[in-house]
Amino acid sequence: MSEITPSQTVGPFFAYGLAPHSRCEWRPEQGKDVYDWKNTATADLVTADTSGTKIRIEGRVLDGDGMPINDAMLEIWQADAQGRYAHPADNRPRPNTRFMGFGRSATDKNGVFSFDTIKPGSVPGPNGKAQAPHIVFCIFSRGMLRQIYTRLYFPDEAANAGDPILTLVPPDRRGTLIASKETQGEMPVYRFDIRVQGDNETVFFEI
Amino acid sequence: MTLVFPKESLDAFPKHLTPGYRSTVKRSPSKPLIVVPHTLSELTGPVYGHDAVQEGDNDLTKQHKGEPLGERIIVHGHVYDEDKRPVPDTLVEIWQANACGRYVHNVDQHPAPLDPNFTGAGRAITDKNGYYRFITVKPGAYPWGNHHNAWRPNHIHFSVFGHSFLSRLVTQMYFPGDYLFPFDPIFNSVTEEKARERMVSKFDLENTIPDWALCFRFDIVLRGREATPQDTDKH
Ligand SMILES: [Fe+3]
Repeated sequence: MSEITPSQTVGPFFAYGLAPHSRCEWRPEQGKDVYDWKNTATADLVTADTSGTKIRIEGRVLDGDGMPINDAMLEIWQADAQGRYAHPADNRPRPNTRFMGFGRSATDKNGVFSFDTIKPGSVPGPNGKAQAPHIVFCIFSRGMLRQIYTRLYFPDEAANAGDPILTLVPPDRRGTLIASKETQGEMPVYRFDIRVQGDNETVFFEI
Repeated sequence: MTLVFPKESLDAFPKHLTPGYRSTVKRSPSKPLIVVPHTLSELTGPVYGHDAVQEGDNDLTKQHKGEPLGERIIVHGHVYDEDKRPVPDTLVEIWQANACGRYVHNVDQHPAPLDPNFTGAGRAITDKNGYYRFITVKPGAYPWGNHHNAWRPNHIHFSVFGHSFLSRLVTQMYFPGDYLFPFDPIFNSVTEEKARERMVSKFDLENTIPDWALCFRFDIVLRGREATPQDTDKH
């Protein structure tokens, strides 16, 4: 019998503790729009030594009525362009030593979040099969008593067809995990909306 | 050391849909979650160094010119994995209401005073024994709109990372013997009594500092245990 500590909701007021410089709606004091407290994680993952294609991910988080969730916090976890994770369990050499692969963003009043990062490479999967490039998303919010996990995949990847995780998803729901590419200027922008419930509900994983 | 993360351990967690907590009704997935194997993507996670925190980040009473009002307290404990091994070097972030039950956040409409000497955010990195320690003030109870006359028990929000993205935990620490426990749908979303007790800190007289601050102990147990040898390994 496990004795783990149960999860509880992040609540509506996490901003000053977890994302003091993020862009959700708050006013700590008159005339100030961010808290005087440094972030431990930001929505910009790119470091000076990061190789690979710079991309932006943008999306909205929507509830069961299609209304924007304006008090969600999203965390992303990804490999670098060579497919290496900045973690001791991945013991392969890592060319981008300062790239951490972790980002955090609160949603704004329209439920919008965005991340600036690089497109991840393919990473090892179960039974020696490679996984298509993807980013793991972890979503917290008021009204969520525990976090929900999903994955973003890229639309222009032949490897998606054989991805060991994506192929576990019923074919008619796979599309909810594949971002759509929109280019703005030079930088590729991928749109990834997260529908927590209802029609076209995003696929979430039990992990 | 190879860690595994048995899914059964999550049985202690609240259900996504817990209608007594109204906001879960439209914010819980309605389709079954897809069960997937743990790959390198889940078994790894952000690693923070000691530069993520600065000296004093764990003392919420020293962030402004004066001392905050309220009951000064020490909150300390260990972060463990499921085998009760310490989790060292992991980031612990906390946030809370002030002694009057008011958050520094413009969405908080509770007509209780803000304290110019208290923001209510702190962070620490566990040491090699998995130990962390905060100095703060006891947060007040506060009303919320879930139902008529709804009040949250006193609590401090905790965010912890652990060994992988699977061990990521956001929870709330409560105080022993709170009279609001029976009425709080968030606390009671954890249906098993023993599991609820694991969210309640213990009064710690031994580490209470005479003439200065009461102490509460809150140990946190994250997902992850040592892989047991395979059945196929016959010797
Ligand atoms: Fe709270």
